[in-house]
Amino acid sequence: MLPITPTDFTPWASLGGGILIGLSAVMVMALFGRIAGIAGITAGAATSDDRGWRIAFIAGLIAAPLLWLVASGAMPEQTVSGNLPAMGIAGLMVGVGTALGSGCTSGHGVCGLARLSGRSLAAVITFLVFAAATVFVLRHVIGGAV
Amino acid sequence: MRPFFGFLSGLVFGIGLILSGMADPAKVLNFLDVFGAWDPSLAFVMGGAALTAFIGYRLAWRQSAPVLLPKFDIPTASEIDVKLLTGAAVFGIGWGIGGFCPGPAWTALTLGAPGTLIFVPMMLIGVFAGRRLKSI
Repeated sequence: MLPITPTDFTPWASLGGGILIGLSAVMVMALFGRIAGIAGITAGAATSDDRGWRIAFIAGLIAAPLLWLVASGAMPEQTVSGNLPAMGIAGLMVGVGTALGSGCTSGHGVCGLARLSGRSLAAVITFLVFAAATVFVLRHVIGGAV
Repeated sequence: MRPFFGFLSGLVFGIGLILSGMADPAKVLNFLDVFGAWDPSLAFVMGGAALTAFIGYRLAWRQSAPVLLPKFDIPTASEIDVKLLTGAAVFGIGWGIGGFCPGPAWTALTLGAPGTLIFVPMMLIGVFAGRRLKSI
């Protein structure tokens, strides 16, 4: 794990970005009648009968930093851990967990809560608690050993 | 039409992730670090997104069908079962290690950090393993 990178509290940018994410979820519902869960769209892009728009959606996600670059003159700020084994395990767990649990931060956290789904609320509480506990253990118990 | 609007929706989602800070694992990990370098910004992301979707969904559902497909296809399961909670827990641990959930992992691909280039293929392998596990 990298040393802890300090970040600023950005309520307005975060709220604005959140509204855009919500807007995208509404577009997917109004246009395609589907939940904008990225884990589900990812799986559907490979296996669904209707793959085209899902592949295009993921292409849109991948293209977003380029639009950001054009609009702001700089690539988005990002600090990714260089601990490759840890990142591999993290990726595997995110994939398995979102598939088994039928959703991720967007599918359960945004779309599920917007539908007032009890299942999604249970999932959101569970993944937030486990994620916070993981960070606590890695940063404050093991102390950056990963 | 469908690929165009799919792309546009993904682009809006991705810009939202970047603007909000959710695309930066450092910010995500600090949000999760409640007893340390806590940065509560991401609560505003989830709040803003869920509230916008809450209102927008109700407007969208006034139509009898979505614009580009014949019918709405919305999850109907209501049972809180072991698979849901186990999956959410496993996802949470992975999210806490890497700071990436699936959306930000895709947007990060363009920046090409080595950690991302490992994370995304492993996530895809995990998705297919997880789907098999779910169907058992």
